[in-house]
Amino acid sequence: MGEHRVTNNIRTLRFHNNEMTQQELAEKVGVTRQTIVAIEKGKYSPSLELAFRMARVFNTPLEEVFSFNEKPKKK
Amino acid sequence: MYYQEKKSIVNIISTLLIYGIYYWIVYNKYGNLTMSADEELQFWGKTMLLIIPIAIAGKIIVHIIFSITNRLVTSEKQPAFEDERDRIIALTSTRNAFMVFGFGFLGALGVIAYGMPLRSMFIFMIVAGVLSDVFDNLSQLYFHRKGI
Repeated sequence: MGEHRVTNNIRTLRFHNNEMTQQELAEKVGVTRQTIVAIEKGKYSPSLELAFRMARVFNTPLEEVFSFNEKPKKK
Repeated sequence: MYYQEKKSIVNIISTLLIYGIYYWIVYNKYGNLTMSADEELQFWGKTMLLIIPIAIAGKIIVHIIFSITNRLVTSEKQPAFEDERDRIIALTSTRNAFMVFGFGFLGALGVIAYGMPLRSMFIFMIVAGVLSDVFDNLSQLYFHRKGI
């Protein structure tokens, strides 16, 4: 089985939404700023519910916020 | 360093201090007494029950002092709520702590099985309890820093 990784464009999307701060995004989706920091750094994969809430804040499809990359098996 | 990370470090230090001081006092007071098996069981029962309210009260006091000091020094507010990441970290850390205590409990049973004194079994269990608490907070610290 390959290594799974969920990557995100939150930093870019925040920039394009009037340079929204991490704290503002955290308040809009109902988590702490530390959790937004962890998600942006790829240290935490959010629940499906939180991912949808973030996509709704940015008014964009979920696939534009998060993407799933499966690394190929090493030969 | 975030609030949760500092809290974990403070919890580790307070656990080691509270349990260390308590059992040091118990050892100095009762360490040389000779007891019958029934008296020893009663002694360990009392000793282990008494540490529960002492540890709870001690940790509450340490937590209040830490919150006030942290607010004064860093102006950082204590998080008002626990979100999904905090809950996952807490649950995973508790699982790790239970594993440590489980091994400690098995070790304590092993001590009895090998015919060592009753006292050794209780000491083994106390050490396992303290280590599991420390491991709980170390796990929280690790997951907050490295991710989960």
